[in-house]
Amino acid sequence: MSRISPEDVKRTAALARLSLSDDEMESMTRDLDRILEHADQLKALDTEGIEPTAHAIPLRTPLRVDRAAPAIDPEQALLNAPLREGTAFAVPKVIDGEGE
Amino acid sequence: MSQDPMDRYEVVIGLEVHTHLKTDSKLFSPAPVRYGDLPNHDVHPIDLAMPGVLPVLNQKVVGLAIRLGLATHSSIQERSVFSRKNYFYPDLPKGYQISQYDEPVVSDGFLDIEVPTKVNARSKKEKAETCVKRVGITRAHLEEDAGKSIHDTAVAGSDATLIDLNRAGVPLLEIVSEPDLRSASEAVAYLRSLRSILRYIDVSDADMEKGQFRCDANISLRLHGESEFGTRTEIKNLNSFASIEGAIHAEVIRQSEILDDGGQIVQATMLYDVDRNRTRVMRLKENADDYRYFDDPDLIPLQIEEAFIEAIRSELPELPEQKRVRFAEEYNLGSAEAEILVSSRSMADFFEETAQACDSAKAAANWISRDLRRELNERDLEVSDLELEPVVLAKLIRLVEDGRLTAKNARDLLPELVDRGGDPEQIMQERNLEAVSDSGLIDTLVQTVMQENGEAVELVRSGDDKPLNFLMGKVMQASQGKASPGEVRKTLVEKIKGNGTSGEVS
Repeated sequence: MSRISPEDVKRTAALARLSLSDDEMESMTRDLDRILEHADQLKALDTEGIEPTAHAIPLRTPLRVDRAAPAIDPEQALLNAPLREGTAFAVPKVIDGEGE
Repeated sequence: MSQDPMDRYEVVIGLEVHTHLKTDSKLFSPAPVRYGDLPNHDVHPIDLAMPGVLPVLNQKVVGLAIRLGLATHSSIQERSVFSRKNYFYPDLPKGYQISQYDEPVVSDGFLDIEVPTKVNARSKKEKAETCVKRVGITRAHLEEDAGKSIHDTAVAGSDATLIDLNRAGVPLLEIVSEPDLRSASEAVAYLRSLRSILRYIDVSDADMEKGQFRCDANISLRLHGESEFGTRTEIKNLNSFASIEGAIHAEVIRQSEILDDGGQIVQATMLYDVDRNRTRVMRLKENADDYRYFDDPDLIPLQIEEAFIEAIRSELPELPEQKRVRFAEEYNLGSAEAEILVSSRSMADFFEETAQACDSAKAAANWISRDLRRELNERDLEVSDLELEPVVLAKLIRLVEDGRLTAKNARDLLPELVDRGGDPEQIMQERNLEAVSDSGLIDTLVQTVMQENGEAVELVRSGDDKPLNFLMGKVMQASQGKASPGEVRKTLVEKIKGNGTSGEVS
């Protein structure tokens, strides 16, 4: 197990807001290592002179005409909200400015 | 040590501008783009990140991005890719923002802006001396805006934040400049110029009060003559020219104090506190932004054909920069005047129509860039909001040019014309304001004033010209403002200094 360290896993879990138990840490590290091993196998192929692909299917970008459709009913938008204030979602207090 | 840190340090600024693209619907969803609606009234399941939804790119934004690219002399990439920028925040329901990362749609352009020749210009005279500066544009990419978080405790209460997703998914173009700017005023000049271009080419309304034009500033200092850049900080979310200027000044002071004390700048993301006029650290870069970008598997790379680009190029209107040069040459205008007249397309059109109708570009430029602009500023209006037609202003100007109305009386009529319109000539006649060109009457008035102010007359005769304005004022007053000031001055000078008091004009 040399492709990924427990620190890498811990950091990735933190970025994904996941808290892992020791057991989960161990199995996750093992699984991720195997995924990277698979990537290594692919890397062994000679891709010299082959255009990188961002997508598996060579399609043209589907585009939509800029026409506004009616928005959905705000009541429907808020249907799954555990908390609301008027038609706004209410979430636990976030410190101002932490977003983008 | 000098008070002004800019005497010791060179300021290096690069700007990231986020501008809302002018569309009816969102970037990837058909929800309407509207401002000022109640929370969550303009959302679609795509904006809410409901399971199973798929983004479909809005065709119009592609054209708008290309337009901005062409207007800034940039390359338009034949192929660009949408990526996911991953971070968690309640106003971002998907847990990622769709953006462009290593293959943006627009890259390598520039903008020519007018700036004071002296970077640290202080006096009015120094500021008036300007030159053209080329500011590099690194890239411009498409991305979606996030929703709005309402932290205000008066609205949200002390333990909740409210989330409004009306803005989520609104198309943005992020325009990134090279670190080519060297002062707060250069930064503002760049932003004004960019905003004016965005409006000219109808890519964005760029209304800062509506949050349609926001700016992040990257700032570092280095000693004059140093070639390496210093460590930079980034100030987020500046949304007015005043806050941009204030934030840059505040950050320059903060950094210079650290450097003066022999300290080191720590790379950080900052916020600007307008009330205290200070910048403060929001987060340190060691807790690095790690957005784990990857190509969005829901979206196919965007392909743009040359023919499409050329079609857009052929429809591009004359840009402010081109207009400024043309105005200066064609109408023989000063650069400051031309700059004001091209500040918006409606202003430029208004000027050209007025100039043509009154047959004096010089006078039209003067009236519009000074008097009319003052009326607009007082009312917080744009030329396009006005009822006043260019031909009406042209008539007023013509009356002045023909000597039928004094400039002062014309200026007094302007607010009324701006507010209520009307025919300048008719108003002039109704109010009995027509200029007195009868030299006999002016002679009489001058004579009377001279008799009543013998002391002032003697002073002028002995070579002191100061009381001349006083005497002129008296004559103008006696004529109820209708005498031509030029005529009055000429008559006064001739009568006092010319051939004695005979009153005979040769």
